[in-house]
Amino acid sequence: MASRIVTFNLNGRDVEVMVKPLTTLQTVLREHLHLTATKSGCRQGGCGTCTVLVNGEPMLSCLLPVEDVAGQEVLTLEGITPVEGLHPVQQAFFDNYAIQCGYCSPGMIMVIKALLDRNPNPTRQEVMDAIAGNVCRCTGYEPILRAAEDAARRLATAARTN
Amino acid sequence: MREVMSEVVSEMKKEFHVVGKSVPRRDGIGHVTGKTVYVDDISFPGMLHLKMVRSPIHHGIIRNVDFSEAEKVPGFVRVLTHRDVPKNIYTILCLIGVGPDEEPVLAVDRVLYKGEPIAAIVAETEEAAMEAVSRVRLDLEELPAVFDVEEALKPGAPILKPWGTNYFVYEGHYCRRVRFGDVEKAFAQADYIIEEVYNTSPIEHAPTETTACVAKPEPDGRYTVYTNTQALFFTMDNTALILQVPFSKLHFVGGTVGGGFGGKVDVIVEPIATLAAMKTGRPVKFKYTREEEMRVSSTRSAWRMYFKDGVMKDGRIIARKVISYADSGAYNRHTPYAVTKHAANVAGPYTIPNVYIDAYCVYTNRQPASAMRGFGVTPASFAVECQMDKIAETIGMDPWEIRFINAYRNGDMRPHQKVVEDATLIEVMKAAAELAGHQLPEHLLKMHSWDREKV
Repeated sequence: MASRIVTFNLNGRDVEVMVKPLTTLQTVLREHLHLTATKSGCRQGGCGTCTVLVNGEPMLSCLLPVEDVAGQEVLTLEGITPVEGLHPVQQAFFDNYAIQCGYCSPGMIMVIKALLDRNPNPTRQEVMDAIAGNVCRCTGYEPILRAAEDAARRLATAARTN
Repeated sequence: MREVMSEVVSEMKKEFHVVGKSVPRRDGIGHVTGKTVYVDDISFPGMLHLKMVRSPIHHGIIRNVDFSEAEKVPGFVRVLTHRDVPKNIYTILCLIGVGPDEEPVLAVDRVLYKGEPIAAIVAETEEAAMEAVSRVRLDLEELPAVFDVEEALKPGAPILKPWGTNYFVYEGHYCRRVRFGDVEKAFAQADYIIEEVYNTSPIEHAPTETTACVAKPEPDGRYTVYTNTQALFFTMDNTALILQVPFSKLHFVGGTVGGGFGGKVDVIVEPIATLAAMKTGRPVKFKYTREEEMRVSSTRSAWRMYFKDGVMKDGRIIARKVISYADSGAYNRHTPYAVTKHAANVAGPYTIPNVYIDAYCVYTNRQPASAMRGFGVTPASFAVECQMDKIAETIGMDPWEIRFINAYRNGDMRPHQKVVEDATLIEVMKAAAELAGHQLPEHLLKMHSWDREKV
């Protein structure tokens, strides 16, 4: 089948890509646009490491045909990383050692960012529910939960100061 | 004890820059920003992709492999078979004197496990490589397979190795043996004989990043290999031996591993990807799919361990006989070494005057087993500690007490003829009891690793 052009908003900027039908968002991000913060762990929706936000909602980019995000807003880890310093969720992951091999971190950070955007003060159970689809095979879940709670505090403090 | 420790720690905080302090991770910023470069994040212009043609059966003869349809797939570049590999038969641990070589990089005329690589296909895209692989026609003659370690050692079992047995040969012996004292004599004197069998299952490491490498030809005639191996120089040396090139021809770049746990110490993707780069003159990426990682990559080996202990009424273990079988799967990988470690550790951290151990490294038609976190020792520890509880229960003694009584002390001789110099078991058990809120009786608290009280 012939390729077609798909346009969507990526990290605040409109992009245009030419893809074969059913090309996944993950392939477009990693291979067409060379944005490799979004990882490729299983390509079958099982590990969560490829999670990006589509209109603010966590989605598995390995299962998502890029045509489905035409005209919509996609946010990747590159999109939340400031030019200098770190996003509060990133800073909380760094400070709480919520990283071991680092391969699940991009997906975890995006899922927790989405959670805190809609629920600024989640319970530990709500954080656990949010990351239920993200595998950390180093099994560093406890520091990840602590980082999520720490990030919520940082964002609340930042909101008060602003 | 705790007071002493906290004093030591506060002293350390005064003296040291790192010990006793939290240090920011050097790779942490890269990890939280996604800027850390993993192997799969690397690509080069003109890079090719490699995929394996794999055996769909557990055991069989290769009669014919027909690539004619695969070659027609758009993007197909070339195929590699065993004839292309300079030293096709290898064994990873040859670097520490383990032999003989017995695993093919690419199967020659026989396959010993489901998923065994038969040929490599290199193509312009990953999709084209996968499509070409799916069009290879394999003509295989299926043979009876064996999946159980004890079945594999019975007369009449399909023989998997050219030397005519299904076990690894240790210096001319059928297994790794430990002989210490006289177990039979001690069993005759024991108040109790306590027997049990313990089994452990294979475990897949399942790292979130699958096994991968990129091999790239350089203008100076060398090859740069970007890899997520856990054993960079071991892998480089094995690759050089397999490809029969000087070590200086290879430049391995690694250190960034998206989870390993022992699953990335085998030399699996690098030799064939480097060979493909040599044969095509182009960079080649070989990355396992999740399915390959689960079904083909090596696992922790499965074990079966038969224990027979002779125990006195006062709790002393006076004899231990263990017959262990490790399921190495179809090939050596790291299991011969795992079995040696197992034999040295399966008496446990206890002083037993009479010990007899036979530890077998057995081949079956399962995917090869290899390293994983304490491999060889971990199943031994599991079995030993279950056995200690069983002994305690059988003779009616507190499970803490049975361990304190038998714990090894400095100066004791281990069954494999090493004198203990650094015993800490008793101190560790005291600390564990404290952490668990368990009050140990006074006579156990008086014990130390550095001397032996009068029993």
